[in-house]
Amino acid sequence: MSAPIIKIDGISKSFGTFKVLDGLSMQVMPGEKLALIGPSGSGKTTILRILMTLERIDSGHIQVDGEQLYHMERNGRLLTADERHLAKMRQKIGMVFQLFNLFPHKCVIDNVTLAPMLTKGVPRAAAEKRAMELLDMVGMVDKAKAMPAQLSGGQKQRVAIARALALSPKIMLFDEVTSALDPELVDEVLNVMRKLAAETDMTMLLVTHEMGFAHDFADRVLFFDRGRIVEEGKPDEIFRHPKQERTQGFLKKIIAAGHRV
Amino acid sequence: MEWDWDFVRQILPTLIEGVKITILATLLGSVLAAIVGLGIALARRSPNRALSRTVGFLAEFIRGTPLLVQLYFIFYVLPDFGILLPPLVAGVIGLGLHYGTYTAEVYRAGIDNVPRGQWEAAKACNLNATQTWTHIIIPQAIPPMIPALANYFIAMFKETPLLSAITVLELMNQAKSVANTYYRYIEPITLVGAFFLAISLFSVVLLRWLEHRYGRIER
Repeated sequence: MSAPIIKIDGISKSFGTFKVLDGLSMQVMPGEKLALIGPSGSGKTTILRILMTLERIDSGHIQVDGEQLYHMERNGRLLTADERHLAKMRQKIGMVFQLFNLFPHKCVIDNVTLAPMLTKGVPRAAAEKRAMELLDMVGMVDKAKAMPAQLSGGQKQRVAIARALALSPKIMLFDEVTSALDPELVDEVLNVMRKLAAETDMTMLLVTHEMGFAHDFADRVLFFDRGRIVEEGKPDEIFRHPKQERTQGFLKKIIAAGHRV
Repeated sequence: MEWDWDFVRQILPTLIEGVKITILATLLGSVLAAIVGLGIALARRSPNRALSRTVGFLAEFIRGTPLLVQLYFIFYVLPDFGILLPPLVAGVIGLGLHYGTYTAEVYRAGIDNVPRGQWEAAKACNLNATQTWTHIIIPQAIPPMIPALANYFIAMFKETPLLSAITVLELMNQAKSVANTYYRYIEPITLVGAFFLAISLFSVVLLRWLEHRYGRIER
């Protein structure tokens, strides 16, 4: 058995007096598709944001791909990571956001080529060739020259996925990527993610309220509440036979709210 | 006293020389104010507390004192410290510094208007701080603030007569000198007003166009 690609060890995080994560530990295996579910404020999005280094942790350790994320080893001592170390670690991780966050002043293909050209020094021609392959995969080739404002939400999110893939991360983080979409646009984004899961061996962490998709997509589901993992298991176990009362209550509420399971 | 068209024709070339200097001072002052303002706005956001506090205090100080006093200081006081500047250079520096403290506020608002998600996307794309500013934040922050910047440049233009106090031969100074030579004020001073009005009106039209062109950014 190979080593975990993400190893979270006793991390805590507070916003002011609100403790979002409380001594959380978890591991993710390479290539694993993990769904994080739970009520809002349960800390699931915070985990993704911490892995992307958008939030710092208050305490604990995170190992990504065999290296400390927020610490670096120097002469056998563990120091707080500097910006250079963080930049190196960020190369391993890509993120897709709930609100897409495309760069509105750049056309679709420039959104995809920007990071490889700037951070890896990829020449424009090579970056554009790769960008077109990625846009083809997400079905957005014919919009390569369009501006983000001309796209629907679903199209924007597909471009955002291509942009994140352009840096060839080992780990992809999807933060409620369909929550801001009109219902009829949700499937086009989910289809792209299914395809991505089928065609690559990337590790994928997914925060979602699409329980049906989480069920089909994930190898393992973690149910979060109040900064802790309440229950985890195979999708069937969690969705069909939840053991914990809180998991049962949450799923009941979600179904009542009209989400598909 | 009657309006004398012959006198107008006689002094017009001199006044036009003054107009050129007025426009030149405004343009150079605007460029300097745009750069100084950006510098102040960036410095005030610096994580280095000493830098952001010092720059913040200096900007507050410059904004809180009259431009005329600053011009006197740059032109008449700095030479005591061995810094001797030609009048136009001193004037442009004065305008640029003074208005730079105002444009800094415009930049601040423009930068604050860029959504937080853009910073986060830049980080997720692994851009460093410089790349984030130059490729993501500044290009989005500047278009919506162009009208506000242009407003300050027009205001600056109307303040250029202050440069006459430090012997810059701009429009007002030229008009004063011909008036003092011929003891006739009505034509030169009226013409100064007419020139300023004409250029201001033209600028306002330009400003409306800029507002239309850059006023909002589509997301």
